[in-house]
Amino acid sequence: MTQKHDASVPHPSLGEEGSLLPRPTRRTVLTAGSAVLGGAGACTLAVPFLDSLRRTQASSAASTQEEAVMDVSVQDLDPGAHKIVVWQGLPVAIQHRTPEMIRALEDPALLAQLADPQSHTTQQPREAENPHRSLRAEYGVYVTICTHLGCVPNYRNIQSLPASGGFFCPCHGSQFDGAGRVLRNMPAPYNLPVPPLHFVDDHTIRLGESTISPHYSMNSIQQL
Amino acid sequence: MTDDTSTPATGWLDTRLPFLRPFCRHMARFPMPPVNLFWTLGACLLVAFGLMFVSGLFLSLHYQPDLARAFDSVEAIERRVPSGWLIRSLHTGGVSMLFAALYLHVGRGLWYGSYKAPRELVWLSGLFMMLLFMTTAFAGYVLPWGQMSYWGATVITHAVEAIPGIGHGLLVYLLGEDTLGGIALHRFFILHFTLGFIIAAVIGLHVLCLHGTGSSNPTLDGPRPDRTTRPFAPFHMVKDCLAVCVFLALFAVLVFFLPELLGELDNVIPANPLKTPADITPEWYLAPWFAMLRAIPSRLGGLAAAAASLLVLFILPWLDRSPCHNATFRPLVRVGMGLFFVAFFTLILAGLHGATPLWVWLSRLAMLVWFLVFLVVLPLSAYRERKKAGSSSRGETP
Repeated sequence: MTQKHDASVPHPSLGEEGSLLPRPTRRTVLTAGSAVLGGAGACTLAVPFLDSLRRTQASSAASTQEEAVMDVSVQDLDPGAHKIVVWQGLPVAIQHRTPEMIRALEDPALLAQLADPQSHTTQQPREAENPHRSLRAEYGVYVTICTHLGCVPNYRNIQSLPASGGFFCPCHGSQFDGAGRVLRNMPAPYNLPVPPLHFVDDHTIRLGESTISPHYSMNSIQQL
Repeated sequence: MTDDTSTPATGWLDTRLPFLRPFCRHMARFPMPPVNLFWTLGACLLVAFGLMFVSGLFLSLHYQPDLARAFDSVEAIERRVPSGWLIRSLHTGGVSMLFAALYLHVGRGLWYGSYKAPRELVWLSGLFMMLLFMTTAFAGYVLPWGQMSYWGATVITHAVEAIPGIGHGLLVYLLGEDTLGGIALHRFFILHFTLGFIIAAVIGLHVLCLHGTGSSNPTLDGPRPDRTTRPFAPFHMVKDCLAVCVFLALFAVLVFFLPELLGELDNVIPANPLKTPADITPEWYLAPWFAMLRAIPSRLGGLAAAAASLLVLFILPWLDRSPCHNATFRPLVRVGMGLFFVAFFTLILAGLHGATPLWVWLSRLAMLVWFLVFLVVLPLSAYRERKKAGSSSRGETP
């Protein structure tokens, strides 16, 4: 693909008679060079300013590490009741289900309304990929952060099947059933996440640690 | 509103923003007289102000104007905010660079008579801006809430108390409480922050005033007056760029190699309202007025003298009504201005030194020179020059 220059045809950049580009003068070269250097200088100057917007290193006094693992007693939680705890800055709803609530979660009429009834998307550890989306059917534990844009849904029965319980996001109206599963055609794309947990005894839930899926954490899920 | 040089893109803009292109053309083709290197200080000041403005904005993202947290937040900027040390160095070193260029710029105006008709508004807007800069610098110095911040602010705010009758009431009104505390600190922060934007507007006004009358010509009074002008771009733009490069190089030396040269060690000690540091030293750029406050053995007198030293500059265009501008060709003014520059420098040194009899007397002498030059030497020289100009013009046109 070598191309031989015909000496009689002037190269355009040489700026001969009838060329496309004018011959770059000394001034053009110096101006362009200064502009490039000045621009590079300005970009360099921008570095510390942009750098300062990074996360500030925590001071030794302020670095009080939050407990990664938290024990929650559910002794006082009667069947049908629920409570909200804060674990690692996240709101976690814990509900004590009645037998009819558990049954309602498997109602075909409900499953038909859900976007992901079988929990295919990784929003829960392996042991919670079941009809009631929890380690034990009597206790549903969900991080109540809407998978749409991060608001905190309230505990409220869904209208189509009140027996299953449910969550309702006040921001854009996403509805979830009692197992944190989002209904079809809602703004939220995924089910509410299930935190890693296991039961220390029958009345104590340890949040932040799963004995069955030791590698499962809030970083494993599709979306918080 | 388009002209022969407009392209489709700029033509689109010209139609919708018609003043932009004439303004740019005015800037680029602004006719400049044959000025010397001292006329590049304005460009240096603009760059210094820009750096102060940007670094200040970024510092304000991390600074907390709260009595309990101000000092720690500044420490956090120095130690924990990524590149925070550099941004703060730019800001604290920048103020010295800015005032150095500012005083040279004002000195240029004094020597070359840039304050004279028809440039009175250029001079007045510039002086007004200088007062704004001094206020901003003072307010900014309070913000780290170290020992020097606290005691410097205490001394200056108590100077307000010297005003007869309303002094104390005014002080409490300005501070928002009886003593210098959290409310005052918050006010100083808002004042410092807001003044940055006000100064930006006054810079626009200053440049607008200049473009109304044009730059003064230092050769007109000499033996070989040169009335040729050249367009600002590229001739003077390149010259300004050169000066800015040198200015930035000095700036970089100050920031990177001598970051503690101009800082006060006492200001890395948190403010303690029960213990005044052994020697209160102002920043060098405010030292002349500090020396004046100290040189007059009267609280109100010191305040009045410091205020008068600045006010006398405002009436300069009317004190000196000689047709001659350049001090180089005015023997009396040449000596007077030289003495004034020495006096100004002496006052800086006096302010930075302890209140020993030597420095107090030197301050008094320097103040005497300051007022004599502006109130006696300049008007006298102007009177003689006007008389001479009048007689010579009568001689030429009988």
